[in-house]
Amino acid sequence: MSEKKIANETKPKREIKMGDLDPTFKYEMSLVPGFEKLRLCFQCGTCTADCPIARFSEVYHPRRLIRMTQLGMKERVLGSEALWLCAACFTCVDHCPQGVNIAGIICALRNMAVKEGIIPPVFRELTDNILKTGYAYRIPELRQKKRAERGLPPLPKANTDDVARLFEVLSVFKVTKKEKQQEDD
Amino acid sequence: MTKYLLFLGCAIPYRIPSYEVSARKVLERLGVELAEMPEFNCCGLPIDSVDHDAMLVLAARNLCLAEQQGLDILALCPGCAGNLRKVNKSLAEDRKLKEHVNGMLKEIGMQVEGGKIRVRHLIQVLSEDVGFDRIKESVVKPLSGLRVAEHNGCHILRPTKYIGFDDPENPVILKKLIEATGAECLDYLYETDCCGAPIVGVNDRIPLYLAGDKLRNVKAVHAEALITVCPFCHMMFDINQPRIERLLNEKFGIPVLHYPQLLGLAMGMTPKELAIDELRVDATNILNK
Repeated sequence: MSEKKIANETKPKREIKMGDLDPTFKYEMSLVPGFEKLRLCFQCGTCTADCPIARFSEVYHPRRLIRMTQLGMKERVLGSEALWLCAACFTCVDHCPQGVNIAGIICALRNMAVKEGIIPPVFRELTDNILKTGYAYRIPELRQKKRAERGLPPLPKANTDDVARLFEVLSVFKVTKKEKQQEDD
Repeated sequence: MTKYLLFLGCAIPYRIPSYEVSARKVLERLGVELAEMPEFNCCGLPIDSVDHDAMLVLAARNLCLAEQQGLDILALCPGCAGNLRKVNKSLAEDRKLKEHVNGMLKEIGMQVEGGKIRVRHLIQVLSEDVGFDRIKESVVKPLSGLRVAEHNGCHILRPTKYIGFDDPENPVILKKLIEATGAECLDYLYETDCCGAPIVGVNDRIPLYLAGDKLRNVKAVHAEALITVCPFCHMMFDINQPRIERLLNEKFGIPVLHYPQLLGLAMGMTPKELAIDELRVDATNILNK
């Protein structure tokens, strides 16, 4: 095997203070439909052992993220760089002997981080693109011309009014709006 | 033959038109009729990390459009296929979820049924609806002597609970589809591992190491090309291959073809028709075979 670990990702260990833990966090997470089994994780490590990302990263261990959630290390888990390294290949979900929806829990933790204002730029960009164009990427006009040249039907125009109205009922829109205000200030 | 609504998604029209071009050509030859999907939007998958409800409602709106037309969806991207399939199944099985989603869809005057239509990925349509026999019959120029490897793309297979297609631990369907063209499909180490593409925007090294490891394993079994059925995997292995080679200081030179390009060649279509000239990694040596 030819694993290459990325050394500069390692961080110095920080001590854990009991007072910083949120003992209700695991219950809060267990209430999310589909995540009831969070507390069944007994740390066997199958998820990390089979994770393709963990093979190449010092910081990304799905098992650790689940343990941190169980222990109520809310602030640290939501602010963790590792939270955004899951590639959602769902190998862990398929292999977990306890039926814990690991990738799903990581995704729900990301949702919570976003609500706290933590969002990697790439996700902000995707959200913005969807809101403005209906698509996750901004497809340049040139592409449309090229489609016509090669005889492909024109790309259907998304209904951005519909998308905008849907976003208005969603919390994500409020977050981006709040951030925008902060940026403007 | 059944008619499908073609769901293009965002990545294919944005970066990988060669996949769409070749898929349309091959499906037409097999007599699969396609209808364009008007006013569709992103399948929702990329926004799941930001807001789960946003993902649900975007997916449900697409499903609604298909339900209105009464046609099954054919998606070329496994991400779109997997996500729409998952939401379609969840809506059909979970009444509370459906009420929640329809509560949001009411804003735009839509209501989703869930489970009314089917969502299919290209290789599901080819293997189950068209069938291996008809694919074999369509081959006029068997690619015998060509040795390739395959990379499925995770969302075609996982999570098993929602997808239920092929065996995620030992997938064989894409292999059989490749063998139907007359080419040989080789096994290699870490074959079912992810390509790393979903975290490209977050980390600029891990995905390249991961994809590089896969390319190295493909090269180790002397495969002459890698066959993909996903725009993101293709981006990783084809567009990013020179970057990976520079980072790892290794030369791979493995052409990466979309499955419909391979099938198209076996059907006697020209490389130009199949947009093989648009690939980043030169595929001339396999075309001369």
